[in-house]
Amino acid sequence: MKQIFSNAQVLIPGEKATRPLNVVTDGDRIASISDQAPSQDQKNIDCKGAILAPGIIDLGVFAIDKPAFHYGGVTRAALMPDQSPVLDLPAMIKHNASEGKPDLWSHPLAAATKGLGGTELAEIGLMKQAGARAVATGRNWIADSGIMLKLLHYCRSLDMPVIVHSEDSGLTRGAVATAGETATRLGLSSAPASAEALAIARDIALVRESGAHVHFRQVTTAQGLDLIRQAKSDRLPVTCGVTPAHLFLSDIAISDFRTFAKLSPPLRSEEDRLACLEAIKDGTIDVISSGHDPRGPEDKRLPFAEAESGMAGAETLLALSLNLVRDGLINLSRLFELLSATPARILGLEAGQITKGFEADLILIDLEAPWQVDTRKMTAAAGNTPFDKLPVQGRVRAIYKGGKAL
Amino acid sequence: MTIDQTGSPPTTGQTAGHQFPAGSDAFPHRHLLGIAGLQPWEILFLLKEAEQWVDLNRKSIKHSGRLDGLTVINAFFENSTRTLLSFEIAGKRMGADVVNMHAAQSSVKKGETLIDTAVTLNAMRADAIVIRHASSGAVQLIADKVDCPVLNAGDGSHEHPTQALLDALTIQRRKGDISGLTVTICGDVMHSRVARSNIYCLTTLGAKVRVCAPTSLLPTALDRMNVEAFSNFDQALEGADVVMMLRLQSERMNGDFIPSPREFHHLYGLTRERLAVAKPDALVMHPGPMNRGVEISSDIADDPDRSTITEQVEMGVAVRMACLDVLTRRSRGVKGWS
Repeated sequence: MKQIFSNAQVLIPGEKATRPLNVVTDGDRIASISDQAPSQDQKNIDCKGAILAPGIIDLGVFAIDKPAFHYGGVTRAALMPDQSPVLDLPAMIKHNASEGKPDLWSHPLAAATKGLGGTELAEIGLMKQAGARAVATGRNWIADSGIMLKLLHYCRSLDMPVIVHSEDSGLTRGAVATAGETATRLGLSSAPASAEALAIARDIALVRESGAHVHFRQVTTAQGLDLIRQAKSDRLPVTCGVTPAHLFLSDIAISDFRTFAKLSPPLRSEEDRLACLEAIKDGTIDVISSGHDPRGPEDKRLPFAEAESGMAGAETLLALSLNLVRDGLINLSRLFELLSATPARILGLEAGQITKGFEADLILIDLEAPWQVDTRKMTAAAGNTPFDKLPVQGRVRAIYKGGKAL
Repeated sequence: MTIDQTGSPPTTGQTAGHQFPAGSDAFPHRHLLGIAGLQPWEILFLLKEAEQWVDLNRKSIKHSGRLDGLTVINAFFENSTRTLLSFEIAGKRMGADVVNMHAAQSSVKKGETLIDTAVTLNAMRADAIVIRHASSGAVQLIADKVDCPVLNAGDGSHEHPTQALLDALTIQRRKGDISGLTVTICGDVMHSRVARSNIYCLTTLGAKVRVCAPTSLLPTALDRMNVEAFSNFDQALEGADVVMMLRLQSERMNGDFIPSPREFHHLYGLTRERLAVAKPDALVMHPGPMNRGVEISSDIADDPDRSTITEQVEMGVAVRMACLDVLTRRSRGVKGWS
């Protein structure tokens, strides 16, 4: 059945401003984008002048949390292999790939090593056949450079990107915060921010060696971003991402031992936060994702060092990211490259942008709608957000997965 | 800078800032979780209150009925001998019913969460809870869940406020005004709650604080805490009025942070020769228990003219009595404390 999204401000890839156009979908794909008036055989969806954008593709989440994803406009999510059990077998990939269908597509990421132990390669080829589109090292860094190089060579031959966590585990062992004034005052064990740069530097050297595509899931320090910038100018196949938490919060947020602000990597200094914003502006950062990791009180209402890291971020991803547009760092079209188009390209999906023939994953956004983040009112499985009580703007009014309204 | 040592409301004409503002509470806090955030007059008020208990503790009948009928729970989630004993004696001398909970070997081991334990303690209607825990911030977590005052008896590497208060009282009784003194704190500053509380306390009272350790045992950003960091012990000691040695945990001095105890003693152990560069009447302090021959030589530790180590223990009981008294004044309906 054909549908037409009429009277919409459409985000066309590569164009700075939205344009008033009509988007026709046929089944689960986008059939055409034009200014033709709706015809009789098309179901007309009047967008009333709202922004029509591609659904968000959340690269690297720790739980499939449908209510939170739909609230936040996420139509696809790449699931980290850090599940219980770990996604290190083809059967696990197959099972998780079908979990949210049809109204949410989950793209499970294959564990790089068995049990994410960092010592033996997992059956990546078989997991690719089972539907894995990328490989991930999970929350951990692979400390053994020999294993890491073998992994990159292997993934290069399978043409799969490798999504890595960048923190030198020798430095971060036992650490729960970034070294700095806050950790010093609170008496929390900490690791220097350079733990990230060390890990990135090694992996870039191994990319140079192997030619594999490495996506640094979260780069959060000025030093780390400088290395990525240099690697990109050397035309190495590297990309990197960040979460809104590292763009809008510094380690001051953990004062008073607020475990909702305990993240991995930990929140950084104000200088590093500003460097992340600069890297959004100059295009060094390619992806913004939520790192969605809902954690209940059993994981969070604990002494800081014992609490789990992670935040429920899917609901606030769009509204917080829109601050980047309002602050004039990037335009709306670039924001959706970060949120949708680039994650789709990394995962090799025909989705993430409003283009003829692509999957009709669409969201209607009211850019101005004001609301307040409230840990008690979250739709996510748990309300562990460090942005509690923050007033934000921008809300998803409707969401369509494969042309179907949810 | 002069500090009002009496802790009483200022008379007119004095400079504001370090004075007790007229019309405010002498100690407006519900809990004693740390020294950070306390005003100088609040610290001085607690020290002044402690003086009367020093006198009482030196009498043959050491009893006051001030906390009669109140229940004080000492919940120690980490092993301790002297602090626990000190709090127990403090509570008992004031007439409170003191119950000790050695949580290190209780239901906590059975997987009960800290919050559940806190709620349980609260349901038993304690009038004050004293908590020690191995994790920074754990005491605050409990304090948020209970209705009675909570006293932090040490949380991880964060704070140990009563230790800082007893140290301040010891210094004050020996030296008079703390403001303007130079205090050198030496040892494992990174992992030390005693160091943090003392840094907050002494800098708030106007002392110049130096810390000294190999940089592997110094936290970053110390400069933001208003202290001067040294790695050379002799330089750090030069001209000091007070030398405070910290305990070096044995698990940290065998190759992890320090190659060996004898190397540490060689570089950072306090000996009589080293002490010669400090002021001739410099005090030597240690929170205990000491590693004799590692951070401090027995010769110095046992010298009654220089070492205040046993006096610190004595002041500990008085300071804890003062804290229990002041924090329970509201619940006891003491006049003027609403």
